[in-house]
Amino acid sequence: MKLTDIQSKVHSTFFKEHQRKLYQSLEDKHTTIEELDEGDPLTTKMILNMGPQHPATHGVLRLVLQLDGETIEKTKLDIGYLHRGVEKIAENKTYQEFMPYTDRMDYLSPYSNNVALCTAVEKIAAVEVPERAHYIRMIGCELARISSHLLWLGTMVMDAGAISFFIWTFKEREKIYDIMDRIGGHRFTISHSRIGGVANDLTDEATASIKEFVETFPNELRDYHKLLDRNRIFVDRNVGVGVLRTEEALGISATGPVLRGCGYALDIRKLFPYARYSEVEFDIPTRLEGDNLARYYVRMEEMGESIRIIKQCLEKMPKGIVRSDNAKHAYPSKDEVYYSMEGMIHDFMMTDTGICPPDGAECYHAIESPKGELGYYIQSDGTGHPWRLKIKAPSFTNLQVLEEMLDGEMVADTVVIIGGIDPVLGEADK
Amino acid sequence: MSLKLTEPLQKTVDSLTENFSAKVIEVYQSSGDTFIRIEADALREICTHLKQELHYVYLSDIFGIDRYTSEERFEVVYNLLSLRDRTRIFLKVRCEEENPELESVTDIWPAANWNEREVYDMFGVRFNNHPDLRRIFMPEDFEYYPLRKEFPLLGIPGSIELPSTTPNTD
Repeated sequence: MKLTDIQSKVHSTFFKEHQRKLYQSLEDKHTTIEELDEGDPLTTKMILNMGPQHPATHGVLRLVLQLDGETIEKTKLDIGYLHRGVEKIAENKTYQEFMPYTDRMDYLSPYSNNVALCTAVEKIAAVEVPERAHYIRMIGCELARISSHLLWLGTMVMDAGAISFFIWTFKEREKIYDIMDRIGGHRFTISHSRIGGVANDLTDEATASIKEFVETFPNELRDYHKLLDRNRIFVDRNVGVGVLRTEEALGISATGPVLRGCGYALDIRKLFPYARYSEVEFDIPTRLEGDNLARYYVRMEEMGESIRIIKQCLEKMPKGIVRSDNAKHAYPSKDEVYYSMEGMIHDFMMTDTGICPPDGAECYHAIESPKGELGYYIQSDGTGHPWRLKIKAPSFTNLQVLEEMLDGEMVADTVVIIGGIDPVLGEADK
Repeated sequence: MSLKLTEPLQKTVDSLTENFSAKVIEVYQSSGDTFIRIEADALREICTHLKQELHYVYLSDIFGIDRYTSEERFEVVYNLLSLRDRTRIFLKVRCEEENPELESVTDIWPAANWNEREVYDMFGVRFNNHPDLRRIFMPEDFEYYPLRKEFPLLGIPGSIELPSTTPNTD
């Protein structure tokens, strides 16, 4: 396909230059292949635009595929449809004010995003976090991981053709939403973590519901395994599809389950342990095949490991405060705010200027979010606003892998491969 | 300022200062992270050395910083991870305000492709020999670089074409 052919057929209304360059770059990709098959006498070639409003793209991802019959010759991705400029917004907000925006980055696991921001700010401003808060955060993060993986599982199996399975995983996700509601008062965008700790302690009701979930979920997980592991349709649809070769995985910076499906046990929880991950026992599931089925097994086993971590956290969780009581570092408790003058002044100060890391300080802190390495780089200029805040989003790096991975696959497999990568465009587009 | 480096980090820094003594400008630490600032013209040599000799095989991220009102306004940071030594370093280069340009490292780490496009999109730093230097988030028709400090938070009215909100009555 030549650019001139495309231009004679496509009449874009908006962003004409953008469309032209996108098709041009598609034409330029793998130019060596293009030279071999000059001409298209059987007219088997076509350009297929998929998305940004396609239901299987899990958001607003646009793929431009060049097809030869049913085979994808080359692919270009167009992202940015959900670009809100959160990094720019962050430069104009205090650190705590910015947190609700992180909920809306990876909206499938808001809790991990909150924790990622908080840990980075705590690192740059040297804030001590009470022991109990660490454990509450770990529980929240692992619940978020299960919730995110359940959505991936439901949608991926739906992409592969099974509709009712989606309802079953959502039944379990609903329980996690209820738990989140009991933990922090919000079902979805929870914003429970605070700089210096968490907003409030777990109530007995919340603890009981977590315990109940931890007991019942492994049975559900076993049922999922029973249904899918030896399911002929599911396995045939996924085995050998979307293969990322082990030797390429590191160079292209795959992260999270995509990388672990290629045989590298890279997990920030083990590599640079944060919170109290060094004190709980868990394994990093890996597979060697690097195909979609390998990613399925990695994520399924990760859910089991998450349950293991939550169980240990519930046992090991000490009693005590859940937020730093240094009024220069964290919000004072509501009791103090309502009944003492100092408390009210401190609350006012925290809201007005917030925490001020030293001038010129820089830090990077990453956590293992359900999608992979989620890092925050912060550079401070001594005020309550960051001078520069950079979010290293795992979905962004994994989408880059997708662009390479799709070449040579069948067009019918694209939805399954996108499902296997599990991108969240809210995060990738920032 | 004295540095508290772990053994593998010390080796990395020593190896860099030995081999590229004239090109390493400073090595400093902040909040426990190690930053190495180098001359822009030695970027590719140092990156190749880091990858091949010191096992920094994993490029986590590349991002820009706008040092508004300072000399050499734009700074580009390479976030590198060594899986063998379990260390992370940050490599920094600076470039001028007028026509900021750097060499691309896409042939050393293929992952740099999208990250460099992001830096270009947000700050306007151009990467030479990049295979596909287009904007990544904003459309090509957009004329500004939004993360530069002079770009207003509310955006510039009329800078992005939008569909008409009134229905077409024809």
